[in-house]
Amino acid sequence: MMEVCGSSNVSLREFGCEQSLLSRPDGSASFIQGDTSVLAGVYGPAEVKVSKEIYDRATLEVLVQPKVGLPSVRERSQEQCVRETCEASLLSSLHPRSSLTLILQVLHDDGSLLSCFLNAACMALMDAGLPMSCLFCGVTCAIHADGQIITDPTAAQEKESRALMTFAIDSTEHKVLMSSTKGSFSVHELQQCIAVSQKASEKIFQFYRDSVRRRYSKTL
Amino acid sequence: MKDTPLANCERDFLLKAIEEKKRLDGRQTYDYRKIKITFGTDYGCCFVDLGKTRVMAQVSCEIVTPKENRPNEGIMFFNIELSPMASPAFEQGRQSELSVNLNRQLERCLRNSKCIDTESLCVVSGEKVWQIRVDIHMLNHDGNLMDAASIAAITALYHFKRPDVGIQGEEVTVYPPEERDPIPLSIYHMPISVSFSFFQQGTYLLVDPCEREERVMDGLLMIAMNKHREICSIQSSGGIMLLKEQVMRCSKIASVKVSEITELITKALENDKKARKAGGRFGFAESMPQERITALKKDETPVEMTDVTETAYDIVQKAEAPPQTVPSPVLPVPGMGQVGLGLQNSWGLEDDEEEEEEDDDSVEEQEEKVTKMEVEQHRKEQSSGDVVEISDSEEEEVIILQPEIPNRGPKNAGSSSDQKGAAKSKKRQTK
Repeated sequence: MMEVCGSSNVSLREFGCEQSLLSRPDGSASFIQGDTSVLAGVYGPAEVKVSKEIYDRATLEVLVQPKVGLPSVRERSQEQCVRETCEASLLSSLHPRSSLTLILQVLHDDGSLLSCFLNAACMALMDAGLPMSCLFCGVTCAIHADGQIITDPTAAQEKESRALMTFAIDSTEHKVLMSSTKGSFSVHELQQCIAVSQKASEKIFQFYRDSVRRRYSKTL
Repeated sequence: MKDTPLANCERDFLLKAIEEKKRLDGRQTYDYRKIKITFGTDYGCCFVDLGKTRVMAQVSCEIVTPKENRPNEGIMFFNIELSPMASPAFEQGRQSELSVNLNRQLERCLRNSKCIDTESLCVVSGEKVWQIRVDIHMLNHDGNLMDAASIAAITALYHFKRPDVGIQGEEVTVYPPEERDPIPLSIYHMPISVSFSFFQQGTYLLVDPCEREERVMDGLLMIAMNKHREICSIQSSGGIMLLKEQVMRCSKIASVKVSEITELITKALENDKKARKAGGRFGFAESMPQERITALKKDETPVEMTDVTETAYDIVQKAEAPPQTVPSPVLPVPGMGQVGLGLQNSWGLEDDEEEEEEDDDSVEEQEEKVTKMEVEQHRKEQSSGDVVEISDSEEEEVIILQPEIPNRGPKNAGSSSDQKGAAKSKKRQTK
């Protein structure tokens, strides 16, 4: 059985968020985790193309824009992960026959990109004021070659790791909404990572709460 | 998604305001909006805010084979990405007229003005040269994308550093930044584009139009100029006739604006250089405003790990054993239908309904039964004497592997009802 080592590795890098920083989108947010930063913009509910119309709920489209070059397979899979998470938490049946577009622009990639996408997406959806059944956040865990679990790894730590997992966790029950894994690990390690992510998600949800409270407060 | 149309009254209001020398945001005719330049963490990444318009430029490089007609010149590649984030009217992955125009204008402004020394990008003549790629992402469209893009592109090019290359005989080594300091591009001058919009057939002129003004303008004049007052490119669009004096006046205004912007860019580059040298924090993460009510930052936070191991262990312990793998793909879920559901395998025997009813245990058992029946069926065939040679080899094999066949063979030589009884007894044995 692997043992979780000292708490030095198990920490979230400094993280920050700015909401409604763009004037055009209905909701926008930039999320920063260490050096990793992502900009998210949301349009909607708006008119939908007839070919994409769904009669009983809104069509959610997620677009991931890489920093260099055009979107490729990697971006498509990230889009899918984010879309499925958002679909799980958005109450899209309240806006039938309309479109929601979420655009995620990579500003800098220094590891834990997918979790940063998820956090930015949630903040942008909040800013757009779309009805959601719960909030969600993303946490990335890396398992080092010697079995250590690292949360919110940097790009260098990701490279050295044996396995990499990203979980989307909901705010009401702290359950896993989405998981994306890479590399090999045991069932026990997976459960450990989920437990760590659930702990880490509390910090992020607290941050969400603080930032919303700050935003709607009268004083800085 | 379509862009929201501009109402007639809005259009009239804007034109009326311009006639009265007033602008929506309170600017004067020749005023630029506030320009803010920030840099990313890596080299060659630059953000430009022009009022609410926001643009990101990223420069990257790779070694490619040069063009045949220019064997010792590096390649410059510009790509303007009209991200749907900037405006709902922009579509993903589709080359619109606007994006083609912007790309072309940027190329003329930066490539055709020969501001970058492409010959210094040559590694091995005719074989290897650097390709410098400039990706420009529009993040928010509030008018005058061209000026913002040109400022972002040239600043990012100044900021960019490519890895050093060593050549020893035939071997070309690209050194990582840890081994040898990366080297900046050699740039001769800094062309900057300035846009002028014309209203009422050229009667009124505005510098740096915002999105609303762009929608009611009649024509657009873009002048790319460097601080030595050399015009690098000039383009008029929108089908407007301009007088010579108008163009001359515009170029004079442009020269003033260009020298202001050049100063700003140099200052921003210097500040970034200082910050990097001091080893302090820099980049986009640091440029996030702290005083805004919409922004919040949290320092590095440890995650509590007290009972993680136990929880994980508990979950693994309590977890149900994985379901046994089922050889047949029949799903025992109510409401599920499947082709052939409720029917039975009539290959082995014609009628064995009672048996099927009796036996609703595990699938393995059923399967075993079926094999047994098959065996018996075969035995029946054997005993009946006239063996027809159409039985497939599978059944043959089963017979060979069954050790009891020689003993029980003769007993089952009776009718089909007899055989059924035997099958039942055998099933009881297995139970």
